[in-house]
Amino acid sequence: MKIHEYQAREIMARAGVPFSRGRVATTPEEVEIIGKEFGVPVVVKAQVHVGGRGKAGGVKIAKSPEEAKQVASQMLGMNLKGLIVKKVLVSECIDIASEAYLGVIVDRKSKRPVMMVSGAGGVEIEEVAKQTPEKIHKLTIDPLFGLRSFEARDLSFKLYSDGAIAAKATKVLQQLYQVFLSCDASLVEINPFVTTPKGEAIALDAKINIDDNALSRRPDIEALRDLEEEVPAEVKARKKDLTFIRLEGNIGCVVNGAGLAMATMDLVKLYGGEPANFLDIGGSSNPEKVTTAMEIILEDQNVKAILFNIFGGITRCDDVANGLVESLSKREVRVPIVIRLAGTNEEKGRQILAKSRIVSAVSMSEAVKKVVALAQEGREAR
Amino acid sequence: MSIFLDKKTRLVVQGITGRDGAFHTKQMLAYGTKVVAGMTPGKKGERVEGVPVFNTVHEAVEATGANASVIFVPAAFSADAVMEAVEAGVDLVVCITEGIPTLDMVRVYEFVRQRKARLIGPNCPGLISPGKSKVGILPGQICKPGPVGVVSRSGTLTYEVIWLLTSAGFGQSTCIGIGGDPIIGTNFIDCLEAFNQDPQTRAVVMIGEIGGTDEEEAAAFIKRKMKKPVVGFIAGRTAPPGKRMGHAGAIISGGTGTAEEKIAALTNAGVPVAREPAEIPGLIRDAGKPKRKPRKR
Repeated sequence: MKIHEYQAREIMARAGVPFSRGRVATTPEEVEIIGKEFGVPVVVKAQVHVGGRGKAGGVKIAKSPEEAKQVASQMLGMNLKGLIVKKVLVSECIDIASEAYLGVIVDRKSKRPVMMVSGAGGVEIEEVAKQTPEKIHKLTIDPLFGLRSFEARDLSFKLYSDGAIAAKATKVLQQLYQVFLSCDASLVEINPFVTTPKGEAIALDAKINIDDNALSRRPDIEALRDLEEEVPAEVKARKKDLTFIRLEGNIGCVVNGAGLAMATMDLVKLYGGEPANFLDIGGSSNPEKVTTAMEIILEDQNVKAILFNIFGGITRCDDVANGLVESLSKREVRVPIVIRLAGTNEEKGRQILAKSRIVSAVSMSEAVKKVVALAQEGREAR
Repeated sequence: MSIFLDKKTRLVVQGITGRDGAFHTKQMLAYGTKVVAGMTPGKKGERVEGVPVFNTVHEAVEATGANASVIFVPAAFSADAVMEAVEAGVDLVVCITEGIPTLDMVRVYEFVRQRKARLIGPNCPGLISPGKSKVGILPGQICKPGPVGVVSRSGTLTYEVIWLLTSAGFGQSTCIGIGGDPIIGTNFIDCLEAFNQDPQTRAVVMIGEIGGTDEEEAAAFIKRKMKKPVVGFIAGRTAPPGKRMGHAGAIISGGTGTAEEKIAALTNAGVPVAREPAEIPGLIRDAGKPKRKPRKR
């Protein structure tokens, strides 16, 4: 899960990380008031879950409170890479002597947290990694010991020769690791972390991504979720324990298991179709999940045909068939459905569906070929 | 022969009195697995499908000589369950549970590594050596004994491939689901190494998916060390970046972990990569054809 910069800032500030003054606002008038209060030039930053905000016009400097108000009135309500800006963060402008990157991720290769710092701050770390990997210093952290002081110090001295500044950075690295652990983060980042001509060390940005698997034990963080940033159908699916991701195509896919769902989407594409979604109805067999899946898929007006690909292990094919019959009895379905049932209770499932107008297929390839053809017809018929 | 699992495997089921634990205990017994004990705190003295239940894994091991464990407990308790099994001296721990927090797994991985036990999963269907034994939830009826090893990050996609192999007449030595999480106990290389040593296995099917770089590392291993033919498949060619595709580990982030990179790495290692699962049996058939080599005298 992603949270906003202003939320990440609050969490890090609570852990002791020094930030420039900043407040969140939802109207241009509020922005003006904050600008007056700070009495210095400010930075207005759009609070949306997209990367590369600066280039897209989501970060602007304003020299006066009036200008801040004007900048904010343009930014609030604007469409930034598909998301509407509803909040902005106003923070004071800082004189910058140096910019650095500080971050912690879970490294899949070493299976440990890795802390990364770089003197090339202010740019995306992926870019630095690609262009100049030698500018990134990495520390693999032993999860049973945690980040030790000398390790944090080592990293700081890789960035700063000034002892006083290095000491401040050391403290921030330790605080950052504490935040990483206490939030069950998959990533924490300060980019840039700056020094000023006066010798201060300040964080100007904050990013925290949370491990979805840990949200059940972090209700305070779950509460930070901004539902307006998410696709409504994906939110609805999650509430019903389904994993749904909307795509651009016209073939709705209902599959049990994530790997099989991906392989099914790939096959639709391989046979000349375009999947409308990723949808995993999960391992347990529950007719209600099928009903919800149908509802979510049918809300998408682009969908011209629906494909069910079920390989029963724990999931029972008759349960899926029952769920499908039930949802067909509740609402009129205007698009053709192709179903492929294999595995546990496949015969029973087929019997249940025998009287319906659903097209059945024995193999995955056959089912996909059929659904692609039907979607094509559906498009031509319009 | 088979890998990680054989007729000497004596299994304890952690969470045996739960719905999934009880159901799959029955399935595993029916398949011929020696399920010797169950464990649920506070349920000592009960029996599930005739299997005695204990309060702790330690007790279960002492009383029954269990040497392997399978975990069906909820995600919040699974990290602890893995460590309990390892601490009780079990060599093989198979964790079926999905949704364990990643930082829990980071610590568990280190704990298991230091004690030199083998963890399979989490978020996996387990493993099966057709005709001998199964640990986990793989449906036994789609498998048959034979020479093909199967290793996969997925569950139902693995069943699909096993079913295609069986239908085409190819039986399996061992089929193993290593799990869809970012941090898993046993990776592709561990399985490939074991299949390399296993006399029954003559070819391997490796099913990967987007996210991480395990497939790329496996490709490098295959190029260097693998003596047996490997056929590959990668799921997620159409997956958008930045979205978690069901499995916690199936995510393209920062431009890495794409299907294209993985397919390129495997192809480069001489592994034919199927465009769709249905091509896999044909590729196995081709791989099995003897290559003419000049005879040395």
